[in-house]
Formats: sequence, C-alpha cells, structure tokens
Amino acid sequence: MALDFSIIPGIIPALLLGTRLTIELAVIAVAIGLVIGSFAGIARVGGSNVARIVTGVYVDFIRGTPLLVQLFLVYFGLPTLIRRPVPPFIAAITAMGVNSGAYIAEIVRAGIQSVDRGQMEAARSLGLTYSQSMRYIIFPQALRRIIPPLGNEFIAMLKDSSLVSVIALEELLRKGQVVITRTFRPFEVYMVVALIYLAMTLAISRLVAWSERRLRVVD
Amino acid sequence: MIKTVGLRKSFGNNHVLRGIDVAIKPHEVVVVIGPSGSGKSTFLRCLNLLEKPSSGQVFFRGHCITDPHVNVNEVRREMGMVFQRFNLFPHMSVIDNITLGPMKVRGVSLEEAKQTARDLLRKVGIAEKEKDYPSELSGGQQQRVAIARALAMKPMAMLFDEATSALDPEMIGEVLDVIRRLAEEGMTMVVVTHEMGFAREVGDRVLFMDEGVIVEEGTPEQVLGKPQNPRTQAFLSKVL
Repeated sequence: MALDFSIIPGIIPALLLGTRLTIELAVIAVAIGLVIGSFAGIARVGGSNVARIVTGVYVDFIRGTPLLVQLFLVYFGLPTLIRRPVPPFIAAITAMGVNSGAYIAEIVRAGIQSVDRGQMEAARSLGLTYSQSMRYIIFPQALRRIIPPLGNEFIAMLKDSSLVSVIALEELLRKGQVVITRTFRPFEVYMVVALIYLAMTLAISRLVAWSERRLRVVD
Repeated sequence: MIKTVGLRKSFGNNHVLRGIDVAIKPHEVVVVIGPSGSGKSTFLRCLNLLEKPSSGQVFFRGHCITDPHVNVNEVRREMGMVFQRFNLFPHMSVIDNITLGPMKVRGVSLEEAKQTARDLLRKVGIAEKEKDYPSELSGGQQQRVAIARALAMKPMAMLFDEATSALDPEMIGEVLDVIRRLAEEGMTMVVVTHEMGFAREVGDRVLFMDEGVIVEEGTPEQVLGKPQNPRTQAFLSKVL
C-alpha cells in the first residue's frame, strides 16, 4: 500500500486543534510546576529539616514513578477518595503540574547551589540577612542558570502531554488517533503528528540555546 | 575592640583552632602570618562569625558576640571583610556592588549611598569604573572595589583574608597601597597575609600561627626580625 499524502491538508485543521490543547497543557503544567518547584527547590536548600524531608520524599516519589501511573492515580484513584469524578483536563494538569514541580524543584536547587559560596559569605559579611542575601545576590545569579534547563523541562512536558491521550483528552496524539478512524491512514497521520511535535520542540530548543548564550554567567 | 577567649574551631576531627586568645585595640593593625592550614583564615572568619566557633568567645566592643542572642547582622555591618577571591557580585555594576550594603542594611538613601561610593572609588583610584561590571576589571581593580564595598558600610574594623594572594604580581602593589593608606588613617585591621614586607611595614603587631595556636607574637621587628620560637624561625627561613 503506497503512501498517500493527499490526505494531509484535510487532517491539518483537526491536528492543529489538538496541538493547541497540547500547548495549553504544557504551559499550564509548567506554570504550576514553577510555583511548586520554586518553593520546593528553595526548601531543599534552606528549609527546616522537616521541609527538606518532605520535599525530598516528594521529589523522589515523582521522579521515581511513571507519569502515566501518577495520571491514573489522579484520574482513576482520586475520585474514589473524594467521591466525585475528576474532569480529564483537571486531572491532566494536576498530574502534569505536580510532576513538573518535582523536576523544577531539582532545577531550582541546582541553580541556587551553583552560585559560588563566596557570594553568600560576601553578602552576609556586609550585614545582609540570609533572606536579603538570597533575594539580592543568590536568586538573580541562580535565575540565569535556571532558565535554560527550564526550557528543557518545557520540552519534556510538551512530549509527555501525549500520555493524557489515554484519558480521552483530545490533545495532539489523541486527535491523530481520531483522524485515523476517519482516514484509515495511520502511518501518514502519525508521521504528521510526530512532525508537529518535532517542530515545537526544535523551536523551543533553539530558544533555549539562544537564551544560554544571552545569559551566560559572567564571573 | 576585638577580643577572643579560648577560641576553638573544629571541622569534624580536624581541630583547626586550638585555643586562641587575642585582644585587638582600636586603631591597631594586627598582621597574622603562618603556613597554609595553620588556621589563620579560620581565625579571621570566626571574628565576624562566618565560621561559628566550636567553643570559646569572641567579644566585639565589649559585647560577647558568640552569645546566641546576639544579632550577628548588627555585628557584621561593623566589620568589613575583604576576601582572597574578591567575591564581588557579578550581576551588579561596580557602583551597585558598593551601594547595596549601605542601602539595604543601613537604610541609606540612594543618593547618599552613591555619593559615598564615588568618594570611595576615587579613594581606591578607580573612579572611572563605576558603571563597569566586575568581569570587565582586572584582579587588582576588583579587589579595590571589594575594599570600597566593605568601607561603604563605614565599619569600625576591617578584616583582610589574604587579599593579595589571588592577584598577579604586578597588581599586588596597588591593593597593598590602599590597605596601607587605611592603616595610616587609623582603621582597626586584622590582616592575614603572605606578604612579609608588607607585614613588617604596616603591622603594629604580628601574630605567627601554626597548627591552630599562636606560636609567637610581638612587634614586626621582634617576630620577623628576631624570632624566638623554632617554628617561627623555620617558617620565616622558607618565606623570606
């Protein structure tokens, strides 16, 4: 059976609709992850012992278990606890956001710890408090090192969002599957789906590379 | 002005300071010399509590600052510190490096802080560099900015931790000149250094440290010229 590319123009609108949801999912997940990850990352460096242990367990659990399992926990498991269904979109951004938070926590922690110890000492020796030193000296320098890996995290979320196709959210991959039931052209459709992912991830990795050059740490 | 009593510091089983008793008077310049690993930097860092002493006490202007109730930030603002590796803030311009402390810690206005910063930059001889970033400066210039940054807090004492050890030889002089001028102005200083000529010239008193204790102390002429202790003699024969 020969390839038939003539079907492509007809499927693009549907796939772009799915692409839009994919981007929304990734953006919202990373935004949630950023909030969780910033607090968790800071807690891992400068928090109390309790905060360190709690965030450590969180990071280990999330990074040591598949996102698909986490998604099922939220979508299928949580409803039995709270005795009401969790809508697919809410389940998806919850699982993805909490997942992303763990990875971002590690990015934030590594960024803070990459700042030379002498910076904190110099700040403290001027009489600045710990939190002033963090705010004016450590964070601004850590941020430059955090932005590039955050871009990589966003790429990872963009790709992993395809997992939520299993809970019937019509993001890019799921849209592709739907289109296939209409066209019976799995190879062509999945190829287009793959290329759309590739176009997005390539664009972002270019942006990351550019930001790495722009933000190269001077010291 | 600064006094230590039975100051000890250990890192695990490594006993870096084994009981240091020193009293530094106002306007005095105390130079600390000794071999690497003798504990002289740790001693200096205990004075402004960058290192927490394992036991013993540090007094500053009569107050015991190793008391857990003391606000260390209030003590540190009175003691300027200059580091071997400068530790300027790389994301800030020279003038911002200098104005940050006075504005955030002392609540000085931006205008006043800038004025002080410019005066100090002129004093250390790099007035034209205020808008530059640390990475654009030579080592000697960076260290002079670091000194200006510490002085901007209008400290009562200055601590120098091998301030010229990371510098290329041709830049050592310009930094020593600045420290020398501070000494002439009567700043109370504790200077850890490997520059014996400088120690002799500016020091009111020289402490020779080895293996965590003060082995010998006295005027530069006594300690550097006629050392009594065999360890001091052995050290000086290697470095002079």
